[in-house]
Amino acid sequence: MLRLLLARLGQAALVMLAVSAVSFGMFRFVGDPVAALSRENATIAEKAELREQLGLDRPVVVQFAGFLSRIVRGDFGISFRNQRPVATLIAERLPATLELVLVATLLSLALGIPLGVLCALKPDGVAARLVQAVSLIGISTPTFVTGIVLILTFAVTLGLLPSFGRGETVQIGPWSTGLLTLSGLKALILPSITLALYQLTLIMRLVRSELIDVLSSDYIRFARARGLSARHIHFTLALRNALMPVITVTGLQIGSLIAFAIVTETVFQWPGMGLLFIQAVSFSDVPVMAAYLLFVGLLFVLINTAVDLLYALVDPRLRVRA
Amino acid sequence: MNRIAMLLAAVSATALISTATDAKTVRWSAPTDIATLDPFAQTESFTTAMLHHVFDPLVRRGRTMQLEPALATGWKAVKPDTWRFELRKGVKFHNGNAFTADDVVASVTRLLDPGARARGNLSQVIRAEKVDDFTVDLVTKGPYPLLLNDLAGIYIMDKEWMEQTGSLKPGNIATGVSTAASTTAIGTGPFKLESFKPDAGTNMVVNPDWWDKPEHNVTRIEFKPIKSDATRVAALLSGELDLIAPAPLQDLARISANSAFKVIEEPSLRLIFLGLSQRDELKSMPGQKNPLKELKVRQALWQGIDLDAIQKRVMRGKSQNTGTLVAPPVPGYDKANDTLLGYNADKAKALLTEAGYPNGFKLGLNCPNDRYINDEAICVAVAAMWSRIGVQTDVKTESRATYFPKQDRGEFDSFMLGWATLPPMDGFSVLSALLTAPKDGFGGSNSMGYTNPEIERLTREAAVELDEPKRRGMMVQALKVAKDTIAYIPLHLQPVAWASRQGLDVPQFPDEYVRLWFAQVK
Repeated sequence: MLRLLLARLGQAALVMLAVSAVSFGMFRFVGDPVAALSRENATIAEKAELREQLGLDRPVVVQFAGFLSRIVRGDFGISFRNQRPVATLIAERLPATLELVLVATLLSLALGIPLGVLCALKPDGVAARLVQAVSLIGISTPTFVTGIVLILTFAVTLGLLPSFGRGETVQIGPWSTGLLTLSGLKALILPSITLALYQLTLIMRLVRSELIDVLSSDYIRFARARGLSARHIHFTLALRNALMPVITVTGLQIGSLIAFAIVTETVFQWPGMGLLFIQAVSFSDVPVMAAYLLFVGLLFVLINTAVDLLYALVDPRLRVRA
Repeated sequence: MNRIAMLLAAVSATALISTATDAKTVRWSAPTDIATLDPFAQTESFTTAMLHHVFDPLVRRGRTMQLEPALATGWKAVKPDTWRFELRKGVKFHNGNAFTADDVVASVTRLLDPGARARGNLSQVIRAEKVDDFTVDLVTKGPYPLLLNDLAGIYIMDKEWMEQTGSLKPGNIATGVSTAASTTAIGTGPFKLESFKPDAGTNMVVNPDWWDKPEHNVTRIEFKPIKSDATRVAALLSGELDLIAPAPLQDLARISANSAFKVIEEPSLRLIFLGLSQRDELKSMPGQKNPLKELKVRQALWQGIDLDAIQKRVMRGKSQNTGTLVAPPVPGYDKANDTLLGYNADKAKALLTEAGYPNGFKLGLNCPNDRYINDEAICVAVAAMWSRIGVQTDVKTESRATYFPKQDRGEFDSFMLGWATLPPMDGFSVLSALLTAPKDGFGGSNSMGYTNPEIERLTREAAVELDEPKRRGMMVQALKVAKDTIAYIPLHLQPVAWASRQGLDVPQFPDEYVRLWFAQVK
């Protein structure tokens, strides 16, 4: 088991190195922030001096080596745009993104599972067909369109919910939460629906197909023959088994929700990491972009490593092979 | 228990009502946020405009953009290189400290620190010297006519506060310095900073002890940056904001159609123009003579652009076409210079033939796509018009982040640029940065190789000319030469458009600064 763990961690480190190299290579093409940071009348000497101070005049390989050695020491640099340490910025923005992702995940589970069950149990019913049709729209509409439509409906036309921001937040130690105030909760509704929509559809369809599969298996047939109640069979015996892959997919999806909350956060001016990243891109704020990409890379590596290890725990055959 | 709860509810309800009636809050939004609260750690005009609510300069721009006394009440040049400033008495910083000459000296010293990103904004000043508690001398490198213009953007910070918080050195991203001044601001200005949360919001409250008689009735400012245009407009229409500045051009019609809102717009100082490489070769035709060195070719390219079509279709009638390189409010502008050649495709073709290019030539046109209003669309239109007169134009657009470094290195055959002459708001900025050869601190943005001996001479003379009418005459003359030689092809002044709810009156300024100390809330 220990050997497996070490092997996995070694692989994870290699992946991270690759991620940082690829992302750093990309920065060659995102330009430099000198123009954005300079005053309009700046002389050529002024611009050259700034470029030199930022280390942008050095060869990419040298810049990358410097970057890696700083990362190892835990120094992510200072944001060109926000002029504050990148680590502080990410720590400040993380709560906003995590709360949004958490609520969106809960929402997609709370709605996706019952709807999936409905579609599986009564596949030819009017309700199931309607849900299926609507879910197609949900999966095919781009996030920014959904977001804007929600804003126009609930903020502009009905005036019920805020169209942007996070509302009032309460600071608990390093964590700022919007879950404890009314305005914070109201502000969460539209962005979390927008973010959850895709995942909701995914979970619903997954539950439906898994459940249909399970319901046609032998043990359910025997349970029916034994005369157990339909309720017991559907929810206690069948659904439990159908949910196994759903849990795996949801876990993996949390990673991508965090990584791809960028669009939702931009549409709703949600002060999370996605917004931080998108602004860094338009400013070629290299330290922020690099740290963000590393963070997302780390997140996926961690989730995948955890899943691999869990599988190994569950399935002894994998242990032998490793 | 119930009773206490009810009582509490009643108390909080009355508190809510009373704040609602007294408060004159302005909630406004822009697509970007403040970069930092440290005034000397940045050179962005948006951040500088925001910080002007908290800080005062020695001299400031008034309602008609004229320079007027602020923290300095009077000034005179005691020697060609020394200006003496009388300071205002009885002014207090937001923390209660008194404003004196020490604060001015400490602020100027902080700005002149080699680590100050904004030190170029006061590049001609060598040092500040205290004469007495309310008199300060500023020593310049030589005679310098634009000192007051520069000072209008230099904010005065509190020396004692900087000492207490260890922020006597300016913040700098390159050296990794960030101080208390990056996240707090103590000034003498009309509003006090209450809170600053990047990308979420900045709040300010009115400063009841401001030294000036307020022309506004605003008690609170809530600034909320919203990057997405659609969301920003939606938030205005839903009543969550009072003012959006800037308002996206494509939404102006929709906003003004709603009687609860109004749109205010006027031409800004930002002038959009096209640069033409004067190097020996073009990238598009290596090994051949650069046709753009021929005056007739440049004239053909200018006459080949249908400015009216761009103004009507691309800019939706909101821009103002121009024939010179500075906007009307800027010193150096002359009406006689502001004439157009006029669109004439046949004439343009004839000029190309005369110049020896009857079949045209190949030309690259590079533009940013996220810097100026409709920049990409303008370039696509220009490329189509040039192709029509026989110049096969290959247009390439890209993000500002990659565009400007290339422009700096002079990699383009022809390209788009915008210039607002800010912060000095003086035509000298066009001469010194765009029309002179890159040496001796001149020509900072002239990477295309344009030079003209007469402009070189006039610019160097104007740089040290203290007689204002004479200095303006030199600038007008130099800009006339630039026009006659078609150094650049001017296109238009891009518009400033703001939108607000009906009950809010905010005067608009061509430098695009939002100055809420002139705002009236009904």
